[in-house]
Amino acid sequence: MSLFGKLTWDAVPFHVPIVMGTLAVVGLIGLVIAVLMTKHNKWGVFWRDWVTSIDHKRLGIMYIVLALVMLLRGFADAIMMRTQLAVATSGAEGYLPPEHYDQIFTAHGVIMIIFMAMPFMIGLMNIVLPLQIGARDVAFPFMNNLSFWLTTGGAILINLSLGVGEFAKTGWVAYPPLSELGYSPGVGVDYYIWALQISGLGTLLTGVNFLATVFKMRAPGMKLMDMPVFTWACTWANILIAASFPILTAVLAMLTLDRYLGFHFFTNEAGGNAMMYINLFWAWGHPEVYILILPAFGIFSEVISTFTGKRLFGYKSMIYASGAISILGFIVWLHHFFTMGSSANVNAFFGVMTMVIAVPTGVKLFNWLFTMYRGRLHLTPPVLWTLGFMVTFTIGGMTGVLLAIPGADFVLHNSLFLIAHFHNTIIGGAVFGYMAGFAYWFPKAVGFKLDERWGKASFWCWLVGFFVAFMPLYVLGFMGMTRRLNHTDNPDWNMWLYIACGGAVIVMFGILSQIIQLIVSYKNREALDDTTGDPWNGHTLEWSTASPPQYYNFAEIPTVHDIDAWTDMKEKGQAYKKPEVYAPIHMPKNTSAGVLMSAGFTTFCFAMIWHIWWLAAAGFLFGIVVFFKRCYTSDVDYYVMPAEIEEIEQAHIDSNKGGINA
Amino acid sequence: MFIRNLSKLALFAIGFILTGCSGGILDPKGQVGVDEKNLIIISTILMLLVVVPVIVLTLYFAWKYRASRDFEIYAPKWAHSTKIEAVVWAIPIVIVVVLGVITWQSTQELDPYKPLEGKGKHMTVEVVSLDWKWLFIYPELGIASVNELAFPTGVPVKYKITSESVMNSFFIPQLGSQIYSMAGMETQIHLIADHPGTYDGYSANYSGEGFTGMQFKAIATPTQADFDAWVEKVRQQGGDLTKAQYSKLAERSENNPVEYFGHVDKGLFHSIVMKYMQDYGEMDYYSKPEDSAHMDHKDHMQHKKHMQMGAGE
Repeated sequence: MSLFGKLTWDAVPFHVPIVMGTLAVVGLIGLVIAVLMTKHNKWGVFWRDWVTSIDHKRLGIMYIVLALVMLLRGFADAIMMRTQLAVATSGAEGYLPPEHYDQIFTAHGVIMIIFMAMPFMIGLMNIVLPLQIGARDVAFPFMNNLSFWLTTGGAILINLSLGVGEFAKTGWVAYPPLSELGYSPGVGVDYYIWALQISGLGTLLTGVNFLATVFKMRAPGMKLMDMPVFTWACTWANILIAASFPILTAVLAMLTLDRYLGFHFFTNEAGGNAMMYINLFWAWGHPEVYILILPAFGIFSEVISTFTGKRLFGYKSMIYASGAISILGFIVWLHHFFTMGSSANVNAFFGVMTMVIAVPTGVKLFNWLFTMYRGRLHLTPPVLWTLGFMVTFTIGGMTGVLLAIPGADFVLHNSLFLIAHFHNTIIGGAVFGYMAGFAYWFPKAVGFKLDERWGKASFWCWLVGFFVAFMPLYVLGFMGMTRRLNHTDNPDWNMWLYIACGGAVIVMFGILSQIIQLIVSYKNREALDDTTGDPWNGHTLEWSTASPPQYYNFAEIPTVHDIDAWTDMKEKGQAYKKPEVYAPIHMPKNTSAGVLMSAGFTTFCFAMIWHIWWLAAAGFLFGIVVFFKRCYTSDVDYYVMPAEIEEIEQAHIDSNKGGINA
Repeated sequence: MFIRNLSKLALFAIGFILTGCSGGILDPKGQVGVDEKNLIIISTILMLLVVVPVIVLTLYFAWKYRASRDFEIYAPKWAHSTKIEAVVWAIPIVIVVVLGVITWQSTQELDPYKPLEGKGKHMTVEVVSLDWKWLFIYPELGIASVNELAFPTGVPVKYKITSESVMNSFFIPQLGSQIYSMAGMETQIHLIADHPGTYDGYSANYSGEGFTGMQFKAIATPTQADFDAWVEKVRQQGGDLTKAQYSKLAERSENNPVEYFGHVDKGLFHSIVMKYMQDYGEMDYYSKPEDSAHMDHKDHMQHKKHMQMGAGE
């Protein structure tokens, strides 16, 4: 065995122009950023204020930056697939051979779910949740930093597979026996396993961290049933994370044992059974979609009640509905494989349970409707995303219930109808929600508002693009077209494939508008400056802080008397009151342990993928040593003294031209 | 202008679907497919009863209560109404109860393992998914074909399905249900064609590089005589399919042409299903209980006893 295991120069696809071109562009962008940072002497700031930061707000921003970068990567995959299918009609082969195309659809799924949607959701939760419950940070700030870098480690691995070796050609679910060594001997599935494993660990730690945060660190007076609805939605999602991610970890570990040590959990041979993988995978996979959607539901609730200037209608109903969805989410996993041959009773049970989820979801929609009722709705971009969601998601929910009927699923399963359905719920539900949250909380995180015109342009491109791209897929599903085909030979399908490709282009304009929106907003940041910290007349505590909040969040922890705690304080005249004296604030110190541990473990994963055993041992050992060193470090916190708080708060008040403290 | 074009397109799409696009699942050619199409249409209509009002109300409320209409009633603290809450929980519950009943009944009726009622005697075809082609074995006729399936119109067919290697899904959209093919296991499906024709068949479950080419034609011959003629053609043109030749056929290949086998070794399908169980001894195929992959607990215990006896021989 050579020093570098299976890794040789042959692993780099020099002969694939698309890959080499992409790598060249990415390398160039990286180089430009590096040069600019060196020129402006930003490396120190980057390390001190960002990489090693344990501030939940900064980590949240970094999560969202990661999500947006991964959105570009995942979308590039998407548009390549759509153009391939638009070109490869009537028997033509197209420009992407199966070897390449199969990696693209696998990478698209994994990236969009694990490295775009999850970091986006976790990023918003990081920024907002501690502020909403009046906390100074999360329960375990160092662990929060570690979670982020573990997720990033996974993202680095999956992107590395583009230039070094290959990615899985199994579909994002990596069903065995196809994902077993006998049928996938390359490193693709190993990249998949280790990228998911390391980022999954990060996600699990995040879930535990935020559960501890909401249970132990709420402001005085805030009972559980006083928590803002977004915080509640995230809490349900975190319960799902804590309960379901260990299943993913276990099932991937079993697949790893199969592939590395010749075990037979899921092989055809020696009593292995792929059906166990499929069951376990979806026992995680179905709760996972609710992990993505529940926080988005929370965002819509916040946005609607803020921009109608009203209380949320049916707060308790909303909380119980989310809880019902969370619990039911665990007993529906079999609907992903009605066609595996379970008995009619089993299929019927899982079908009916799936439909029952439509009840709490329907209730939520009605509650949003009645929140608008007798309100004053301002049609800002976050509201547009919400209205777009309500229309789009209703359709996605309907097709979902249709797929939950086993008799209908027998003909719709694995067809493009299914693809249209889950994009309808994930884009129309989760992504629209994150976009609404992004626009809504952007001023809070960054200090200035986003340009509304480009925000609206982006929304309309996304909405129209979504419908043009995915409605044809419903039709194609009805016409019998199955998923993951590399090329087609059915003239009836052609027109719909062309339209779908056009839709993807419209979505691309939506993404471009968002990029332009960020640039334009940055240029006009002085005009868009949020001096009050409360640009939308918000209801909850995050709006009581400065924009961006001071690093300690609250100079004095507020006492909560109402669900809409901030509105309550404003109405009672308790808002913006400067306390007589400031007490010292206990704060955690930044640390490089998280990024170093992740570097060690990511190296370990990379070495495992390529069978470079000495490097795997070294990487793992390094991570563990850093971990123990961190465990025995006592210099992890400090106090912010009243004089410094006074100075910061006074500067904030002075900078306010508008009526704060007036 | 754009919106108008879009709505035209949508109208066209709906019209296209309702008039029955040729070749899809909304243009079924057999009883199972017809039942499933009706199930889809009925359920969709039921759901539209809630979906349409929700969409309309969303847009109406957003318009009616937009900020510029400041003459509308404004009730910022109104956040609860037991009556409305009761109604918004009741509406989806009622719809889901109705849909649940439909689901329970239709799932029993459309159970792929259930022989088709009132259609007479079933013909048996054994289906094997190979990398990347379909093998169809006719155990009653002793013949086999690759990527071409034939049966007489009006005769129900029982398909016993397995896989040589990875998972696939046996799917003829215009005839109805699909079911997975899995190595070392046997799944089943019962389908019928009520109209003669040649229908597209696919693997609906991705199975690797040659997956796209893994398609076949399902021919419903107009009469029994036409089918007999097809059988005769297979016997004439086809060679033998022994276990050794099967191993060769099972090697990876893509975009396979149609192939015929005039004579197939008896028990080939069973030996494919059992190939990963050889360490446990040969099993007596012909005394194997029917529908073994789908048996209830009692049958299972009997079956187990039988296997143990077989292994002890």
